[in-house]
Amino acid sequence: MSSSLGEPWTAENIDSALSLISQMAEELAFVVPDRDSGLLAINALTMDLEQLAELDGPTGFVAGVKVLRVWIDAILDGPVSFSADMIEKLGNWHGWMSSLLVALDQDVATPPLPADWSALLSGAPQAPATASQRLSSADAAPVAQPEEAQPAASFVLDIDADQELLREFFSESVELLQDIEQGVLVLEEKPGDKNTINSIFRAFHTFKGGAGFLHLAALGELAHELETLLDAVRKGELSINREIIEAILAGGDALKLFTREIGDQLDGVDPGAPISVPTQHILKRVRAALRGEAPAPASSAAVAAAKAPEPVPPAVVAEVPASAPAPAPAPAPAPAPAPAPAPVLAPAPVVPVAAPVSVVAAPQPVAPLVQVPVAKPAAAESTGAAEPAAKASREGGGSSGGFVKLDTEKLDSLVNLVGELVIAQSMVVQNPDVQSINSLQLLRCLRQLSRVTTELQRNAMSLRMVPIRNLFQKMGRLVRDLGVSQNKQVQLVLEGEDTELDRNIVEKMGDPLIHMIRNSVDHGLEGPDERLANGKPAVGTVRLSASHQRGGIVIRIQDDGRGLNTERILAKAVERGLVRPNAGLSESEIHALIFLPGFSTAEAITDLSGRGVGMDVVLGNIESLRGKVEIESVFGKGTTFTILLPLTLAIIDGLLVAVGEDRYIIPTLSVRESFRLRPGMVSTVHERGEMVTVRGKQTPLLRLGRFLGSTSKTTQAEDGIIVVVESGDTARGLLVDELIGKQEVVIKSLGPAFERQNLAAGGAVLGDGWVALILDVDTLVKLPIENRASVIHSQTGTHS
Amino acid sequence: MNTSTAASAQSSTNGLAGRYLTFSLGRDSYGVPVLNVREIIRLCPITPVPRMPAYVKGVINLRGTVIAVLDLRAKFEMPTVASGDRNCIIVVQIQGAGGGKTLMGAIVDAVEEVVNLAAGDIEPTPDFGGSPDVQYMLGVATIRGGVKTLLNIEKIFQEDGSLVLTPVSKPASSIEA
Repeated sequence: MSSSLGEPWTAENIDSALSLISQMAEELAFVVPDRDSGLLAINALTMDLEQLAELDGPTGFVAGVKVLRVWIDAILDGPVSFSADMIEKLGNWHGWMSSLLVALDQDVATPPLPADWSALLSGAPQAPATASQRLSSADAAPVAQPEEAQPAASFVLDIDADQELLREFFSESVELLQDIEQGVLVLEEKPGDKNTINSIFRAFHTFKGGAGFLHLAALGELAHELETLLDAVRKGELSINREIIEAILAGGDALKLFTREIGDQLDGVDPGAPISVPTQHILKRVRAALRGEAPAPASSAAVAAAKAPEPVPPAVVAEVPASAPAPAPAPAPAPAPAPAPAPVLAPAPVVPVAAPVSVVAAPQPVAPLVQVPVAKPAAAESTGAAEPAAKASREGGGSSGGFVKLDTEKLDSLVNLVGELVIAQSMVVQNPDVQSINSLQLLRCLRQLSRVTTELQRNAMSLRMVPIRNLFQKMGRLVRDLGVSQNKQVQLVLEGEDTELDRNIVEKMGDPLIHMIRNSVDHGLEGPDERLANGKPAVGTVRLSASHQRGGIVIRIQDDGRGLNTERILAKAVERGLVRPNAGLSESEIHALIFLPGFSTAEAITDLSGRGVGMDVVLGNIESLRGKVEIESVFGKGTTFTILLPLTLAIIDGLLVAVGEDRYIIPTLSVRESFRLRPGMVSTVHERGEMVTVRGKQTPLLRLGRFLGSTSKTTQAEDGIIVVVESGDTARGLLVDELIGKQEVVIKSLGPAFERQNLAAGGAVLGDGWVALILDVDTLVKLPIENRASVIHSQTGTHS
Repeated sequence: MNTSTAASAQSSTNGLAGRYLTFSLGRDSYGVPVLNVREIIRLCPITPVPRMPAYVKGVINLRGTVIAVLDLRAKFEMPTVASGDRNCIIVVQIQGAGGGKTLMGAIVDAVEEVVNLAAGDIEPTPDFGGSPDVQYMLGVATIRGGVKTLLNIEKIFQEDGSLVLTPVSKPASSIEA
């Protein structure tokens, strides 16, 4: 009984099975005869394995798990403890299962189930039936067949100008197409699967966005139609049927051809040549599916690559399966199997991006169509120009250069594990028992261990760091297009593109940045005539810069436009009922009004995102990254938005403080200063509202111990230390007992039980294994001060 | 409400047969479905989370994962006692509101054993007329002369509302001036 053929399990499934098995090994290692310790954990792991097995697991695996279940049941029903015999059996089972999984992973023959085990399963249904079923569905291969000449949509790439963007679009698209293919596979099995439908929808949506951004109209149109189709399915207006699946596959294949062409051109194959793929029949098909009609009888799922100048190398058509690495052989179960496709599908293992056979034309730098003047710093410009030649000379090299793409989840878990390692290491080093050992040898080893772990942590952190360059250069394109469409002359000046920050942050900053830049050009900059009239140069400048500051990253968007009109903002806010007419707001408070939800509604629908977002969404995005925004604006002179972001999301730099018995972490980014109180620094209002003088300014004082309900040792404010924290423009002095130190901590979620509280932003495991809470400074600062001493829950006493 | 709870318990008693981990709180014995139990650990120091209900003891570090810990005595409004060396934390896995699975810990006085209960052993929770509250109970089982209260662990942990902090008013932005 070998593992079934076909594609039921992904590498991911095998990975999770392996990890369960290794957890199982850990548990087994501690099992003692005639005791039940570890039984529940093993039972739980068995349940997890069973769940995995249900996902169409390979037969050998399923049988193995069933055997395990029989044994565990026997233990639970019988002695509820392990016998020595059983422990040995479990050990053997573990060895057998490990080798089975390894074999599955490497795709070699799997070890058979031992005979005495399979005897346990007599009566359990064997699985050949399902295996053969699977076979038949896997057998159906993509039908690819040259289509008769169709009016082909075509476009020309501006390789020189959009090099970086295209490269990014290309690699993103390859992933999206894989998602789509995988998704279709799932849909064939489970047509109603909401998640899959959503993920395919999102993939097409993202595709559309990218294509719109690069003005690849033909691609965008196709993706748009497919998105509409999926949207209808998503909303339940249509249900998945063969036609829809065929349409998605056909569309996906067409997109793939486009994408591959783009990839080829990026690699220097015929740059600038028009790319065309017949899409009309697919569009028709998709629209027909959308109306719920059967397709035109003649059209099949085929898509032909009709690259304008050259004849199509057949290899391009046949290589469809090769580009999807994992088990995604795009099954298009042909409804009316035309006999033609068979020969085309000769299993030609073509390397996906390798230069197509016939098209090795010498890289002649074809002049790009239109060169809209781009305002980029000279350095970027020149590297951009030098690039195509360099890339072209790198014959056959994949488009991703010398990089490895890997799952961000894996990366995150690696970084988290390294964080754990660092903590575990310091736990060992600080352990009193270890410290009492007087051995030079040990000391040397420990020092070596510290050195390696620190280095490892630094390296792991740097894996997640990417330069902000790509994001910034996207803005170059945006500004150029906006300027053209609005008849404004704009130059974008980029600074500090090499500043590195967490890739998760970079990804999430895309939308807010696009929006803010668009605002700057749309609303901030004046037209050339108005500028000249105001004595400014006709060309407006938007300056986008990034730098390291205050232990974080500062991104600044600066324009020399007309600045924020405080009167108009106030009037609009009053009109919308967001603020009282006579609220007496300061200038910066008025500026902050633009971040209120419901303030910006004038946004028109755009082709980039489909619908405008307000500044409130921008602020929300930035705050979700634990960042903040500051506005400076001089009317008539220009506006500067300053975005402060943490370096990384996984780790924060924290100030560890002691309050009574407890320790808390305050994010350093929010700490302005800290000092020991001297007599006379604290004054009161109404004998209760306490204030402390910070640099000549009265700042409200919050006694953290009293507020958090810890038994603070500091009764006299003078014994404690004030930590001044700020959020936005508001500052508060927190009274703590002691500053313990500053350290980097790995942020841990407290889990859903604490989702609704906003006092602790998370937890962190300290060097001694203790969990310290990370305080949410925003809450502490914005909390109504009168509320601070009252303890909350009616039904509660004090905790602990 | 009590009648409806009892009625629904009656009809679902059949589905309750299975394995339970039993533990004690004071003189009483309880059972939770083994399906939910991930592991049992010794009572360890717990970081309190301020301003939470008393039964939310805080968070612990379970091999690098931070998990919430509830005190079942406090949850059931039983008197608190000094913790002894038989105290344990039962780590259970529950389905979170968002669909994801979460680990949580429950402090109990002592863990007893794993028992296999047949449908015949289990009867619906009797109606106490409001107190004690039966909403967390699946039923009661009588085995070997002892009575075990079977708990709906998911409900205890998932229960909406009770873990919510009194909302600290959070102004939309800095216009609280």
